[in-house]
Amino acid sequence: MSGQHSVIRTEKISKVYDSGEVQVEALKGIDLTIDPGELVAIMGASGSGKSTMLNILGCLDYPSGGEYYLDGIHVNELDRDQLADIRNRKIGFVFQGFNLLARTTAFENVELPLLYSRLQESVDVAQLTRLALERVGLSERARHFPNQLSGGQQQRVAIARALVNRPAMVLADEPTGNLDTRTSIEIMATFQELNRQGITIILVTHEHDIADYCKRIIEFRDGRIIRDQEVARPRDARQDLEAGHWQASGLGDRP
Amino acid sequence: MKWKNLLKVAFKSIIKNKMRTLLTMLGIIIGVAAVIVMVAIGKGAEKRIQDQIASMGTNLITIFPGSMQSRGVRMGPDSGVRLTLDDVELLKKNATLIQAVSPMVRTGAQLIGGSGNWNSSVWGVSEQYLEIRDWPLSSGEFFSSADIRTQNKVCIIGQTIVKNLFANDDPVGQQLRVGKIPFRIIGVLKEKGQGAFGQDQDDLLIAPYSTVLYRMSGHVHVNQILVRAVSLEQMTQAQAEITSILRGAHKIAEGEDDDFTVRNQTDIAATAEETTQVLTILLTSIASISLLVGGIGIMNIMLVSVTERTHEIGIRMAIGARSRDILVQFLIEAIVLSLSGGLIGVLLGFLATWIVGLVTDWNTVIVPANVLLSFGFAGAVGVFFGYYPARKAAALNPIEALRYE
Repeated sequence: MSGQHSVIRTEKISKVYDSGEVQVEALKGIDLTIDPGELVAIMGASGSGKSTMLNILGCLDYPSGGEYYLDGIHVNELDRDQLADIRNRKIGFVFQGFNLLARTTAFENVELPLLYSRLQESVDVAQLTRLALERVGLSERARHFPNQLSGGQQQRVAIARALVNRPAMVLADEPTGNLDTRTSIEIMATFQELNRQGITIILVTHEHDIADYCKRIIEFRDGRIIRDQEVARPRDARQDLEAGHWQASGLGDRP
Repeated sequence: MKWKNLLKVAFKSIIKNKMRTLLTMLGIIIGVAAVIVMVAIGKGAEKRIQDQIASMGTNLITIFPGSMQSRGVRMGPDSGVRLTLDDVELLKKNATLIQAVSPMVRTGAQLIGGSGNWNSSVWGVSEQYLEIRDWPLSSGEFFSSADIRTQNKVCIIGQTIVKNLFANDDPVGQQLRVGKIPFRIIGVLKEKGQGAFGQDQDDLLIAPYSTVLYRMSGHVHVNQILVRAVSLEQMTQAQAEITSILRGAHKIAEGEDDDFTVRNQTDIAATAEETTQVLTILLTSIASISLLVGGIGIMNIMLVSVTERTHEIGIRMAIGARSRDILVQFLIEAIVLSLSGGLIGVLLGFLATWIVGLVTDWNTVIVPANVLLSFGFAGAVGVFFGYYPARKAAALNPIEALRYE
């Protein structure tokens, strides 16, 4: 199915925040198409509209105008519950703050989307959960609680949770924002590996170093796309890690 | 989400805050336990009164002196009017619907004999008294009409006197001084237990009314007249007959009020039952209020819980929880809270009822329907007071909930 559609197609998406007297136009007619298998970085300063765009792409918010097709589904027409189902089936979220449930094991965190799925009778929840944890290399940590895991491991649990429902795309909002440089590159290596396996990934970041690992960079400013370009040769996170490149890059570890 | 998972989530969150959970449930626990204990005590009192009134004797009619009311003005029982032995004789002679009749002369005396002395009530009655009261002897025999004629100094004693004065030997045939007069004990009454109003019915000495009247109390009127009607169906007619005979004897003109009161045990039972029912309702409603307060406690904590877990709700919504999933999750949590509280409350209620029965001599009767009702009410409190916080959680905007820290 996803072979026939773009994963994302928006036509003149706009978003206006109306606070009575002041109207803020956060998005001004965005046309965007993202095809299966892409690894896209969305960049922009705060206030550029990238977060608003992400909320709309993630079906957490409705656009004020324009059309949004996600995996061929016309999202504008859906009600709150249908949006919840779309988020559950089509989108895997990865957040800056990991957003794992506290006092809940890695395994239970990862299986959560399956438990909310309306198709769960036909799937083997435990098996899918184990597979997802395996894909991020955390099979051994399944019974650990988030506070027993490092930041990088927590983020990989979040990635496993995003993958477990076999979504059309993974939406990552500043996924490396809380991580040190080396761990950030490790996470990017994980994303690149998943992308090689055919998973569409869209990540929001304000760091060029992170965006350099993506195959396409879209930059927002003042509610418009000011740059949308393919990266001819994205950096390879695996190679950088082996070369110890994060030290040579001159950035050093962030606090 | 499947029920199994929803329950798991609810239990997890409840177990997470043990102290808070306990305090929240306390309202429900106390409420349910209080309802159970109060109803048990009320029902116990009701049952005992029914038993006791039945034990007063069947078809029993009691005649008291003194008008209850005289042209709207209530008179005391001793307002100059007396029942006399002549009234008793008249009833015996003229009434057709009466099976047995006995005057009752009440006094008290110090009893000396056996192993010491004891203060007790002394009742002077006729030889038909035991028949009227359905009260058998445990040993010995009752006095006869001949004893009454001769004012014989014989007596029958109740079990409490036996216990206090003749614990070790058979009292029948022994001497007992009643005040200054020596009596011979000829019989012992069977144990009757507590009366309808908690009095000890076994602490009494029964003697011929003539003996009590002329040798002890010195006055000539009787305190009550007890009558046994021929049948339950003819109680009303018997009462009417008694009334007309006594009005004739007391020369009461047409249109004037009676100077005596005729009551049967059904009236007494009804009054007593009404009293205990009012008491039960009162106690139960007070207990129910604590259930209600417990419910408000649950709502309070659930609101706190929703606020605390706004971020978690955001995460759940982001990964595909529908509003209904969130609603049900919090509702189940509230219901699990209140039902666990209810269950503990039921157990505590049983325990407290048992203790009440142990330390007091009140009767308690646990009514299963009431236990189920209060448990169910606890569940309903959970739904009712859990709904608003759950609704609030379900209505959260996922973006704002995610942003909430």
